[in-house]
Amino acid sequence: MATVLKIENLHKSFKLGFLLKKKKILRGISLSVEQGEVFGYLGPNGAGKTTTIKCILGLIFPEEGNIEIFGHPHLSPKAKEKTGFLPENPYFYDHLTASEFLDYYSQLFLIKKEEKEKKIKSLLRLVDLERSADLQLRKFSRGMLQRIGMAQALLNDPSLVFLDEPLGGLDPLGRKEIRDIIVRLRDEGKTVFLSSHILQDIEMICNRVAIIVNGEIINQGALHDLISEKILFTEITLSGVGEKELEGMGEYFSGHGDRTLLKVFKEENVAKVLQLVQSSKGKVHSLIPRTETLEDLFVEIVKQG
Amino acid sequence: MKIKAIALNTFKEAIRDRILYLLLFFAAVCIIFSRLLALLTVGDRIKIIKDVGLTSLSLFGALMAILMGTGLVFKEIDKKTIYTIVSKPIHRYQFLLGKFFGLVLTLFIMLLLMSFIFLALVFFHTFTIEWEMFVAILFIFFELCLITSVALLFSCFSTPILSSIFSLAFYLIGHTAWGLETLIKKIPPSFGKTMAQALYHFLPDLENFNFKTEIVQNLDIPSEAFLYSVLYGIFYTLFVLIIAIVIFRKRDFI
Ligand SMILES: Nc1ncnc2c1ncn2[C@@H]1O[C@H](COP(=O)(O)OP(=O)(O)OP(=O)(O)O)[C@@H](O)[C@H]1O
Ligand SMILES: [Mg+2]
Repeated sequence: MATVLKIENLHKSFKLGFLLKKKKILRGISLSVEQGEVFGYLGPNGAGKTTTIKCILGLIFPEEGNIEIFGHPHLSPKAKEKTGFLPENPYFYDHLTASEFLDYYSQLFLIKKEEKEKKIKSLLRLVDLERSADLQLRKFSRGMLQRIGMAQALLNDPSLVFLDEPLGGLDPLGRKEIRDIIVRLRDEGKTVFLSSHILQDIEMICNRVAIIVNGEIINQGALHDLISEKILFTEITLSGVGEKELEGMGEYFSGHGDRTLLKVFKEENVAKVLQLVQSSKGKVHSLIPRTETLEDLFVEIVKQG
Repeated sequence: MKIKAIALNTFKEAIRDRILYLLLFFAAVCIIFSRLLALLTVGDRIKIIKDVGLTSLSLFGALMAILMGTGLVFKEIDKKTIYTIVSKPIHRYQFLLGKFFGLVLTLFIMLLLMSFIFLALVFFHTFTIEWEMFVAILFIFFELCLITSVALLFSCFSTPILSSIFSLAFYLIGHTAWGLETLIKKIPPSFGKTMAQALYHFLPDLENFNFKTEIVQNLDIPSEAFLYSVLYGIFYTLFVLIIAIVIFRKRDFI
């Protein structure tokens, strides 16, 4: 597979205040993204995700490091023509309507007139804003702005799309809509670079992730390599069995009413618990085996760092 | 093409600004006030109307250029609309030039509106259309282009308030720097004189664009003077724009 984005040893610091004291934000970021994958860029608030993306797109200049997009230097027009970008908390010219806005931006790509209208229509349909085409952006809700932002990022039919917290501040339905669009992009063979701190979303759609903490990449790799599928413990909710009988099986919590939550760590104990329930004519309400999640890994790594 | 798209969007945005219309209103008040002033004075009334009118055009045009020019680039950075522009296949100089031409177009329209009021007033006084006035107005336009570039330059690295103060200082110095020339003539040759001469050449001389007195008084103007002013305006504006681009190219948008 071809490497679409390659970052080597990126360093960036910001000058703070009048004293111009330097604060290191990125301390040697290196990563590579392969064609066709949805790459998750994970990190806690302030880790440097947005700063990395800004370096890639030429909004800020790193002190050190090398960035290549499709083998071109990242600032070359050839690289930019193939990329799309949705910033975090996007805000656009609020005096323009949705279609005027897309029209303006398509002129920056020199898209031809005949093509333009068709393109704008299909993008508005893709992000489900057809009915708001003639509404001024000042009247857009947060979720609508996110979606029109998505549309402008796709105007040039990019092969590589950078999305900075595309799901931030959206309700569950809005999140699902954006997620669906991302999955669709992946199915079309595009590469998506996605930054987020919402782990469930990343877990659902990303093939590979890099975890950045405090300006350094702590871990990167395929999702299934980073988190094992080993069962950590099994949660069983049951009723009708006494506390004494369950002793030694696992951690015991009494829940609502007569229900009991049991955290069973040894797999052979799960069968024993089930037998106990049967023999004492109790009831099993739920049984959930818990594998490791990205969240466990994340919490662990952030704590260490 | 890309520059044109940015310029037109800038124009659309600028033309919506209420400050512009407030200034336009005050300009109209001043122009009409000159009529009143003329009534109170003895002497050639029409000359006063023309003098005050043209001065208002220059002053309010300059204020518009400064307020628009310092605000618009800052706003794009502040509201982060620039993020999605700079990340597109566009050079930063194209963005800045687009802003410049958009502002120049806005000022052109505003100057046209103000001139209409002014020329109408003159017409009601003399019942002739005075074409020489257009020459004076054209040079005011050149001056406004230069001031716009200066406002853009300051807004590339400073806040709107500071940039406005700097640009206003530029305008005021530009109209008083000729005083330095008279001063230079008076001081004897010395280090101070050389310094003053160097300063004079460095400072802008916006009086180059001021043909008000000559035109109002119906004096002859040598055509070299026009040519010199046109070239002065074009080169000074280009020079300022190039510095602005050099600064803007290296700027971090954080
Ligand atoms: N304009 C700025 N001036 C100085 N420091 C800044 C500036 N913007 C960001 N920082 C600092 O840079 C660091 C990284 O910020 P960045 O926005 O890249 O984080 P992030 O990973 O995107 O976080 P989030 O999840 O909150 O978006 C933070 O510590 C922040 O304080
Ligand atoms: Mg961020």
